[in-house]
Amino acid sequence: MPVLTYRDALNSALREEMRRDDTVFLMGEEVGVYQGAYKVSRGLLDEFGPMRVVDTPITELGFAGLGVGAAMTGLRPVIEFMTWNFALLAIDQLVNSAAKMRYMSGGQIGVPAVFRGPGGAALQLGAQHSQAFESYYAHIPGLKVVMPATPADAKGLLKSAIRDDDPVVFIEGEMLYNQKGEVPDGEHVVPLGLADVKRPGTDVTIVCHSKTVSAALKAAEQLAAEGVDAEVVDLRTIRPLDAATVLASVAKTHRCVVAEEGWPFAGVGAQVVDVVQRNAFDELDAPVLRVTGADVPMPYNRHLEKAAKVDAGKLVDAVGQVLYR
Amino acid sequence: MATQVVMEALSPTMEEGRLVEWKKQEGDPVAVGDVLAEVETDKAVMELVARVSGVLLRQTVPAGQTVPVSSPIALIGQPGEAVPAAQGNGAGAGAPAPTATAKPAATPAPPSGPAAPAQEPAGTTRVKASPLARKIAQERGLDLRAIPGSGPEGRIVLRDLEAARPARPGAAAPAPGAALRPIAAVPARPGATQPFADAPLSQMRKTIARRLVQSIGPVPTFYLTTEVDMERVSEAREAMLAAGSEVKVSFNDIIIKAVATALREHPACNAWWQDDHIRYWNEVHIGMAVAIEDGLITPVIRHADRKTLREIGAEARDLAGRARDRRLAAEEYTGATFSISNLGMLDIDEFTAVINPPEAGILAVGRIVRKPVEHGGAIVLRGRMRLTMSCDHRVIDGATGARFLQTLKGMLENPLALVW
Repeated sequence: MPVLTYRDALNSALREEMRRDDTVFLMGEEVGVYQGAYKVSRGLLDEFGPMRVVDTPITELGFAGLGVGAAMTGLRPVIEFMTWNFALLAIDQLVNSAAKMRYMSGGQIGVPAVFRGPGGAALQLGAQHSQAFESYYAHIPGLKVVMPATPADAKGLLKSAIRDDDPVVFIEGEMLYNQKGEVPDGEHVVPLGLADVKRPGTDVTIVCHSKTVSAALKAAEQLAAEGVDAEVVDLRTIRPLDAATVLASVAKTHRCVVAEEGWPFAGVGAQVVDVVQRNAFDELDAPVLRVTGADVPMPYNRHLEKAAKVDAGKLVDAVGQVLYR
Repeated sequence: MATQVVMEALSPTMEEGRLVEWKKQEGDPVAVGDVLAEVETDKAVMELVARVSGVLLRQTVPAGQTVPVSSPIALIGQPGEAVPAAQGNGAGAGAPAPTATAKPAATPAPPSGPAAPAQEPAGTTRVKASPLARKIAQERGLDLRAIPGSGPEGRIVLRDLEAARPARPGAAAPAPGAALRPIAAVPARPGATQPFADAPLSQMRKTIARRLVQSIGPVPTFYLTTEVDMERVSEAREAMLAAGSEVKVSFNDIIIKAVATALREHPACNAWWQDDHIRYWNEVHIGMAVAIEDGLITPVIRHADRKTLREIGAEARDLAGRARDRRLAAEEYTGATFSISNLGMLDIDEFTAVINPPEAGILAVGRIVRKPVEHGGAIVLRGRMRLTMSCDHRVIDGATGARFLQTLKGMLENPLALVW
């Protein structure tokens, strides 16, 4: 199986889908001539030409709206935001147009668009460029939210997102683009709405997604050295949420820690805790704990930034608490 | 984040505790199990131990003060940890326990330190257990009240159940919905391998219970009195004293032995009322009322039916002495299956004693008085003692109690019966 970076896995998904279906096109800032701010669209302009790989001005609300309109007329646009921090300007098109259209047209008009780009914090980009917005979009009925953590999932999920008939918010990780992993060649499709057990275990469930998956796997390694067998459940799709996989894991381990990069209040983890306590109350031996980013604007100072982020050590501490150690 | 130490319920009936003495001072390192303080309960002076390790950051209640159960009395945390003002102060007697502690805005969501748990209102004795522990306890028929919790605030968690045995040893985990108790048509015999047998209530027993409770109160008590000739007990006691022993056997010791032995023959009187069933004990544990300053306490002589008079005498004196010093452990004054109250030494001819629930009976012992009675066809002076048994009518019927007293009287009038 070939080993690809996360960025090249996304690139191959785009390339394969654009070859398979000529209604698929890519639009966004610097996606063409510059080949993508993070080089996700490398080579696509050469292969598919300027009609299908479209550079835009710095006008997020405008080109997001173009994407919604194109999707309503039967195309399958992939709209790239340079980061989801900039997409705040476009949120009206996602929430009020993309998410509502099928409902408000009585099912007549769908919006088969993918909105994609990196979310969350990288390194020392400051408070305005270091934000995890998945809970914003997951809050909205009508939007699907997908967050791959590995190259293989990045490819398989992006292909599913492009083929989906409804709008999909596809949030990548800037710090993940260089991550390498085995990626199946060709038709590798990961269905939306399925979580994945990234590491099986018996003692505690760590629910995570996107960048927190690697922190959780690292925490699991540390815990294994202490004799604790942690199960790592990668949600992969935030909405629709795969409650069944989470609940099956908690029924096995009886203890649950939920990790996310974003802020604690009304976060994705809060929704997971709700699902677990309502459906697995009698399986719990301890309160479900959350490990989140600090409830502050992301500090620019390197040490403060590190302290504000989720890491393996914080997960190990939380696991210790739910195990009463 | 610091962990609150609360006044724990150190006896089953404790509602408040007086902090007699701090054994750890502010700044002292504390390990799980270390004695933090001595606490005077309604029954005894007990040790309050630490449930978490760290440093004693703050004593929030001074020695000498009385606070309700569940009230915060101290904080344990990390060395140098700041004590939030809300936790440091205002935890005096009767002060309502804080329900939560506000987090500073910059603190990451719960990864570090347990959050201050919501406190139970003072005086409640709700068992804290994880939902999983509750489910498993129900499936296995475990009584959570009997299982010590190792989690925060004494929460019972999965690992605490691993050591716990079913409430009825030998009864393998019954399937949910299966009959939870072996049905004993006849109360099992004392001396059986299991400590007790639970019998479901017949409709008649339910009716008796309901009607009699309506009539005279929550424990529908009636009284049976008999007079016992104590001449031969006196002779036997004189002989024992003359034989010499480090333990002087008292009349009370002999009565305890006789009651315990008689209960072996009348298990129907050696029972607990349990609201929806009756627990017939196969073991005989005699509670012995001891007057102490400002009250009384009932230390328990366990397996009194299997102990010699000398053992009973030594144990009774030890328990009574420590009861007066208020140094009894909780397990030493709980769990009696039947009780005895003796006011004979205070010149009381006869009296009625109040039943100590869930026990079904208590025997009130009067003084031995020499009086003229018919004996061998003549009127002679003999030592006589009046016994009055209080019976919980939901468990013991008149004839049942009377037959027990008949056996007891026979044993005391022919003390050799005690050694059969």
